[in-house]
Amino acid sequence: MVKGKATYEVPIGPIHPALKEPFMVNFKLEGEKIVDADPHPGMNHRGIEFMGMHRNPLKVIPLAERTCGICSIVHQHMYTTALEHAVDIVPTERSRYIRTIMMELERIHSHVLWAGVAAHEIGFDTHMHFTWKIREKVMDLLEAISGNRVNYSMWTFGGVRRDIEEDMHPQIKETLDYYKDLYDKLEDIFLGDPSIRHRTRDVGILTKKKALELCGVGPTVRGSGVKKDVRIDQPYSAYPDLELDYVIPSRYGYENKGDVFSKTLVRLKEIIQSIDLIEQCVKKMPEGEITSEPNKAALLNKLKTASGEGIGRLEAPRGEAMHYVRLTEDNEDVDCWKIRASTYNNLATYAPMFMGEQIADIPIIAACIDPCIGCMDRAEIVDIETGVKEEYTKDELHELSVQKTKDLLEGIDR
Amino acid sequence: MPTSTIYLLIKQLFEKKATNPFPLKYAPDDMTSAAELIEKGDLDLNPPIDVPENYRGKIRYDKDCCIGCKLCVRVCPSEALVFKEEEAKVKHYVARCTFCGQCVNICPKSCFEFSEEFLIAGTDKNAEDLIINP
Repeated sequence: MVKGKATYEVPIGPIHPALKEPFMVNFKLEGEKIVDADPHPGMNHRGIEFMGMHRNPLKVIPLAERTCGICSIVHQHMYTTALEHAVDIVPTERSRYIRTIMMELERIHSHVLWAGVAAHEIGFDTHMHFTWKIREKVMDLLEAISGNRVNYSMWTFGGVRRDIEEDMHPQIKETLDYYKDLYDKLEDIFLGDPSIRHRTRDVGILTKKKALELCGVGPTVRGSGVKKDVRIDQPYSAYPDLELDYVIPSRYGYENKGDVFSKTLVRLKEIIQSIDLIEQCVKKMPEGEITSEPNKAALLNKLKTASGEGIGRLEAPRGEAMHYVRLTEDNEDVDCWKIRASTYNNLATYAPMFMGEQIADIPIIAACIDPCIGCMDRAEIVDIETGVKEEYTKDELHELSVQKTKDLLEGIDR
Repeated sequence: MPTSTIYLLIKQLFEKKATNPFPLKYAPDDMTSAAELIEKGDLDLNPPIDVPENYRGKIRYDKDCCIGCKLCVRVCPSEALVFKEEEAKVKHYVARCTFCGQCVNICPKSCFEFSEEFLIAGTDKNAEDLIINP
């Protein structure tokens, strides 16, 4: 045995224990204590941007929403608004409200799903089954509105393709009431349970200073008390007309600690906020057309020679995300398409959160930023294209990690 | 220690199941003989759950009203629609379809519509019922 401070390097992933997605973190350990964490994404590159750049703008809409399985509306919305920005299409007033309702429904869906995953990571499968059961209600509503449970295919340039009619309102109200009734129970089992509190309080702390330095986004940094929300900072769709405030723990009498508990609290409170926003939207929804470009054939011809560049950004359930689209006159297809998903920003916050924690806390800390590797990983192609070093480092790291694992096993044998 | 989790656990044991039942309650030992029994009507199956209104099922194509404008081919994201030059109509590969409905929206003659048919899984993507207007 090595005496004194022996540091072990343990790779966790690409088949990660916390996520059902390929993602790797190299940990440096001193006994049980994590002294360094080095995230290594880039194992899930699907070339979706490349595919988009060989299709005309209308064909990319269904492709864009397939970037992510959970926030498909998010990517669809960002792509559509980016292109609307590029060619100056103004969505109709009614479609802005329909878009907002759909985006908030998706936020409920995403946060309830995350709560289940987080509970599963710390061994509370009862909670997981409970939350995933109540999630079905909002999925049913999304299916009733759009016709699909996931990948809703509702967006189009200048508006949406399916209306929310008056006869849909009772079902929306029923679903929202269902969540309102269950909310107290949800808060009780997640925030009131002493075992969950022990596993989440003071675990994976992200200080406000670090959160600002590392440019984290969404509930991850709002848990640390950072007031950052695109819906309020730069409102889009119907948000300028709605009343909403930053969801940070101190608003509800808790400390802005930035631990897993704070992040859970923020996500649960955002469910209630989303319910409120949808109610406001249903109440204020104006009459009118659902799309400003009803003639799709004319639009297709217009986009053929259109040129310009645009940006679409929004507050996804996981935080701020962005799409960039460029069209040129001589290219019928989308000339350039770039996705920046929220997990890409939040990944940097892993390092300070893991520091000083135990190995057993890795899954819950990994899950607490609500990572979506499928969304994020296309960002890696830029690194690989500009420098071969990235690939080399990975091989080197792989060898290194295999060697370290062998060392570790030998150590155990002795 | 009685926590809220324990109450939830006990309650969930006796609650109605949230998921839709499978057609058969238990997996049969032999699929072929089970299929024969179903054909004869000796085996009771759980009926499928009704689909909601505006459901996106297998797309219906009205060949006669099609004018061959190719607009649907130009917006199909998965190349499920292929234009047949000699006939000036389209061929629809159901196995490639993503049910986005852009063809339904763009067709000037409304030749496409969503049906409520969802039992379209198969082992052969080129099977007769998985290609419309072959």
